[in-house]
Amino acid sequence: MTKFSLLDHESVPKHEIMSESELKSVLSKYSIEKEQLPKIKVQDAVCKEIGAAVGDVVKITRKSQTAGEADYYRLVIE
Amino acid sequence: MANVPPIPKRIASIKFGLISPKEIRKMSATPIITADTYDDDGFPIDMGLMDTKLGVIDPGLRCKTCSGRAGECPGHFGHIELVAPVIHVGFNKVIRKLLRATCKKCSRLLLEPAQKQQFLDQLSVIEGIGHMPDDLINEVYKEASKVKNCPYCNEEQLEIKFEKPTEYLENGEKLTPTEIRDRFENIPDEDIRVVGMDPKNARPEWMILTALPVPPVTVRPSITLESGQRSEDDLTHKLVDIIRINQRFQENREAGAPQLIIEDLWELLQYHVTTFFDNSVSGIPPARHRSGRPLKTLSQRLKGKEGRFRGSLSGKRVNFSARTVISPGPNLSINEVGVPIPIAQILTVPVTVTTRNIEQLKVYVRNGEDIHPGANYVFRSDGRRIKVTNMNKEDLAEKLEHGWIVERQLKDGDTVLFNRQPSLHKMSIMAHSVKVLPNKTFRLNPAVCPPYNADFDGDEMNMHALQTEESRAEAKILMQVQENILSPRFGGPIIGGVHDHISGLFLLTRYEKHISSYDAYDLLRKSHVRALPEHAGIDENGNPYWTGKQIFSQILPEDLNLEFSAQVCSHCDTCKKEECPNDAYVVIRNGKLLMGTIDEAAIGAFKGKIQDRIIKEIGPDAGALFVDEMTKLSIRAIMRTGLSFGIADEDIPKEAKIQINEVLTEAEDAVQNLIKSYKNKELDPLPGRTLDETIEMSIMQKLGKARDKTGGIADIHMGLETPAVIMARSGARGSILNLTQMAACVGQQAVRGERIRRGYAGRTLSHFQKGDLGSDAHGFVKASYKSGLSPTEYFFHAIGGREGLVDTAVRTSQSGYLQRRLVNALQDLEVQYDLTVRDTRGVLVQFKYGEDGIDPTKSVFSKPDTIHRIVSSVLNKEVA
Repeated sequence: MTKFSLLDHESVPKHEIMSESELKSVLSKYSIEKEQLPKIKVQDAVCKEIGAAVGDVVKITRKSQTAGEADYYRLVIE
Repeated sequence: MANVPPIPKRIASIKFGLISPKEIRKMSATPIITADTYDDDGFPIDMGLMDTKLGVIDPGLRCKTCSGRAGECPGHFGHIELVAPVIHVGFNKVIRKLLRATCKKCSRLLLEPAQKQQFLDQLSVIEGIGHMPDDLINEVYKEASKVKNCPYCNEEQLEIKFEKPTEYLENGEKLTPTEIRDRFENIPDEDIRVVGMDPKNARPEWMILTALPVPPVTVRPSITLESGQRSEDDLTHKLVDIIRINQRFQENREAGAPQLIIEDLWELLQYHVTTFFDNSVSGIPPARHRSGRPLKTLSQRLKGKEGRFRGSLSGKRVNFSARTVISPGPNLSINEVGVPIPIAQILTVPVTVTTRNIEQLKVYVRNGEDIHPGANYVFRSDGRRIKVTNMNKEDLAEKLEHGWIVERQLKDGDTVLFNRQPSLHKMSIMAHSVKVLPNKTFRLNPAVCPPYNADFDGDEMNMHALQTEESRAEAKILMQVQENILSPRFGGPIIGGVHDHISGLFLLTRYEKHISSYDAYDLLRKSHVRALPEHAGIDENGNPYWTGKQIFSQILPEDLNLEFSAQVCSHCDTCKKEECPNDAYVVIRNGKLLMGTIDEAAIGAFKGKIQDRIIKEIGPDAGALFVDEMTKLSIRAIMRTGLSFGIADEDIPKEAKIQINEVLTEAEDAVQNLIKSYKNKELDPLPGRTLDETIEMSIMQKLGKARDKTGGIADIHMGLETPAVIMARSGARGSILNLTQMAACVGQQAVRGERIRRGYAGRTLSHFQKGDLGSDAHGFVKASYKSGLSPTEYFFHAIGGREGLVDTAVRTSQSGYLQRRLVNALQDLEVQYDLTVRDTRGVLVQFKYGEDGIDPTKSVFSKPDTIHRIVSSVLNKEVA
């Protein structure tokens, strides 16, 4: 079997692990704690693909019908 | 106690747990030992079920516990000492799991210490992030019940079987509640924590009852019938049963009765306690009243639609509301609602007497309750309520002074809420202003039917009279009909012309009609227009005339500019725009309809581009005015020409019938050819389909095309002047497909999207050969509704029709439940000032509302055209 990246599929949006500084600016932008972000499980196939660990925040860049492109942030949990 | 000001307290936390027998006894005001309620004099018996220590319901008596009178005393719990423990039905699931997960001898959880620690760690993590630990705990139970021999005492574990409703069998032998309780008592605290229970607040043995709390009398009040007889609450009846059996049990046991009798009584006690909690447990007959009606016990009070939560807390009956049948009020504004006089005389609005209104209010009070704008009640400054009667009305009017409150009857201009169930979206409840009218129905402008999804075939609607100035202000700003013309669902108008409005304006604005000044004034006499523009020309008699387009332009706002394709547009490959031969390209410049025909796309509900533009550019006031005048003008217009529909509208000439027959025979032949090539195995299957599927699909396709073709033929021959065609084309009612089915060919009947195949073995009806794949053997109806269906066609049509009925019935119930679940899940989400969507905990759901942060009712769905419009309106000239 050939290996392929999950992210290559057209309906899987771009996922990336956020750096500490990026995360800080996002949290301060919305004035929230990390726990107030939407969650994603580590077992999620995408998390495995990009190697996200519990406590990381994943930035998702999605295509949007209304806004063209929209950012979404999810906290990786167990 | 009554006059002590409430101390503001903040609830820090709520803890749920099991109630221990110790606690039951501690909070009990008295043990209950006799099953009797009242003595011969009608006084409650001490230590009986109506003991005054449990609170009082009869006026005059005082509670022996708190010395409060009826109404002041909240009631107090008592308790019954059960002779033998019984299982609480509500905990059967947990009891079963716990029995299987613990050792029968040493009562310890059947897991290795390391495993226990691991589960404990995971539990604390899950609790830390505030999730429900249910899944993990089920895992614990699953792991523990797999163990065969106790890791601590090596005792072999036997299989525990649960039998409905409250029996546990270990290797076929019944476990008594006492035995179960003994086992649970011995479970160490550490093990209890592993299964997610807090041993301080919920020891498992508390799930087996040794004492039963008796709810206060205020919870189960008895009522005195007219005959003077007392009728007890269902709960009291059930408690009487429990006490009786409890007593008999005790007597028998003390007398040393045989084991068999004891067991029977124990089971009976278990039955009564079970039904006391829940009278709908499966596996046992529900306890019944003497009349045969099942008793309403604790769980029945809470559960379901009419239970405490959904019936008494989430929703309840209200005052100041009215309900009646609705009917059309074409001369009312969309913001109004016609209220029958009898309703207006019952619903009231409180008004405080001031210097400014005292004279007016005196008039209302003098009118009393029988003459319409009257008053029903007067509140003095000391809060005393006085009913206004014909006897005291003059007197009260004289005495009226500042600070009193008059409850005056509903009158024109009052703001009320108007609602039709099911309330599926926010436009199901809107604020209207009252217009008091004779007769007995609510009247509303037909243009507001779409948001309520109402029609006049007997629909009823509810009305609520608002009672405070604040509520009226809020309703008027947020909920008034004109503020809700644009729906947030799709950003377009949900209120607009229906049926006659569309055909009326279609007939008026079509072609260059010549309208005399008399007719022109007649058409516009209900609008604000008081003068006609420059006439369009002079007719042969030397009289000036105006066109329908000019008349319609009079009700358009002056600065409206708009271009769009009408509903009648035939979607040519290249749009000729202004040169459209069908007059289907609408151009409005500076509030003048220059060309194009007004139809559904212009003024229809859900589609009307004109309302949409007026509201977005000018505002809701102008929008409401336009809809009001549009509806009135259109009805005047359709009355001038008249539009009626009859069976003759479906007539088509002989040539057309011949053509249609040709098309159908051709299609039938084509189907036969397909079948032939299928039988000769010459047919190539479509990608991803079997041969059988392919032939079915091609046949369906052929026949579908044939039906459309016959429709086309009928359409051509019916012309554009037939009322049916006018209605279908303008979007007023019906579709071309409906006309096709009536005039030309009904077409293929389908069940689940396939041709009809059910019936006898190998054929649908005994009129056909087995294995016949032909069109008529599988539900193709060649006839039209006008010409009439053949018996076999009629039968197939009934099959297809039945599916439609079943579908709608199933869909409404399913979508209703889906809606309920969605609303429950989403009701607390809120768009914050920073445009994020958050729940009540502050957890984000969307980082920007709708990902773009735009309110759909304010957006114009940016098209290149928008920029052009803005630039040209700013520069005040056309820009290429």
